[in-house]
Amino acid sequence: MEPEPKEAIETVVREEWGRALATLVGYVDDIDAAEDMLQEAVLAALQHWPGRGVPRNPRAWLLQTARRKAIDGFRRDANFAAKAIELRGLMELDLSLEQNDLDQHIHDERLRLIFTCCHPALSEQASVALTLRTLGGLSTTEIARAFLTPDATMAQRLVRAKKKIKSANIPYRVPPPELWPERLAAVLAVVYLIFNEGYSASSGAELMRVDLCQEAIRLGEIVMTLIPGEPEVQGLVALMLLHDSRRDGRVDSDGNLITLEDQDRTRWNTSKIKRGQRMVGATSNLGRPGGPYQIQAAISATHTGARTWSDTDWEKIADLYDDLYRFEPTPVVKLNWAIARSFAGGPEDGLRVLEELEGSNGMGDYQPYHAAKADLLRRAGRASESMESYTRALSLARNASERRFLEKRLAELG
Amino acid sequence: MQYMMMIYNADDVTPAPGTKDYDAMMAEFGEFTEEVASKGIMKGGTELQDVATATTVRVRGGKTETTDGPFAETKEILGGFYLLECADLDEAIAYAARIPVAKFGSIEVRPIAPHEME
Repeated sequence: MEPEPKEAIETVVREEWGRALATLVGYVDDIDAAEDMLQEAVLAALQHWPGRGVPRNPRAWLLQTARRKAIDGFRRDANFAAKAIELRGLMELDLSLEQNDLDQHIHDERLRLIFTCCHPALSEQASVALTLRTLGGLSTTEIARAFLTPDATMAQRLVRAKKKIKSANIPYRVPPPELWPERLAAVLAVVYLIFNEGYSASSGAELMRVDLCQEAIRLGEIVMTLIPGEPEVQGLVALMLLHDSRRDGRVDSDGNLITLEDQDRTRWNTSKIKRGQRMVGATSNLGRPGGPYQIQAAISATHTGARTWSDTDWEKIADLYDDLYRFEPTPVVKLNWAIARSFAGGPEDGLRVLEELEGSNGMGDYQPYHAAKADLLRRAGRASESMESYTRALSLARNASERRFLEKRLAELG
Repeated sequence: MQYMMMIYNADDVTPAPGTKDYDAMMAEFGEFTEEVASKGIMKGGTELQDVATATTVRVRGGKTETTDGPFAETKEILGGFYLLECADLDEAIAYAARIPVAKFGSIEVRPIAPHEME
């Protein structure tokens, strides 16, 4: 037999990690203990598989090995009695279960695991790390590198989160119906946070990073199979696919952001756009009231559906932002609504929406507000007012790329 | 598992005694306490007197130092607590959310440290 390449083995291990871990947690009722057991099995796999090949059922192999090693460990442990619960669980882990039953079982365990990792009593940072570790199968080092944190910090964050789950007795279960909306929203927020972390990463650092966008999409797809028919879950996956489809067109070779208007649309990823748009269509056919992820996905689908900037259906986009404002009444959404209105009905239309924001909390120091206002004024031909807003935006610019863009605009006006 | 629910609130948002809101709040407290007591999950709890009555005590170098006031000057102060036996954190959160002060103050939920007999 050909020796298995290391990468292939690592891929199998990562794919099976979340399922195997969820199964073990279900039996020993302790994420930390389950992780240790599985880690042992993975080490064994990395040792044995290269020579013997990947077993036909790698998940069963990992579970069986984890179980055997853990039971052996317990027997050697002087503190045997204290481990009785974990041991009893492992004895029950009956791998002779029919494959179908096992699949159903793993499905339920993974669902419990993601709701536990994303429990609102944990910090979002902790949930993100825990979800990537347990469901995503990323190593602590990979997660640390992805978030530009030292290994030790990330390891500590994970330890603390697992300790809180145990000590505060965060229940390991799928939430009851009355908690469902709040808890599902927390799960989706964690997945989207992971995506955005990857999406806003600077291109320079990106090379050494795990692709968080891909990880978030993969996690989103896992949630989608675990919770089928929930339009907001589909909305989120569609949104991430559609955003991700534009990734290659967003940055130039120097790492500068390119505005949507100036992006080379032939560089967008057509297959991701198609998949995302199909899903947006599917959620709108479910005939249930929309949610924020579905609406944002529909906005992204409208953008990616336009062959050129001037083909964009701005009326539709403006209406969608109006819908979104009902779910998320934030200045950011209103700002985007104003911009969409300005393209649908002219810059003065947009400026009228902006007036509603004037003086609202935090707008004075909110760079995007001044940049947008400057642009609308420029397009309305109000040059001197526009320059004033550009100057204000420039003083609030957060990075070199933003600064260069605003300086260029100012120079064009002056 | 037992959870301590520490009730924090700021003076300026708390209904003043003698007002309708105060009576309504106290009635809610009464109902809540009666409910958790009758369910047998109330392991302790009480209201505290005003923060102006607080004294903070420290022993340094064998000497007792006594100062007037709470240990930390914060806007939201500890006004009382419940100690409830709950199945898990979700149940504890659900009870905490029903303490009347949760609507304008904050309830900190902390599990009691287990001290088993060795």
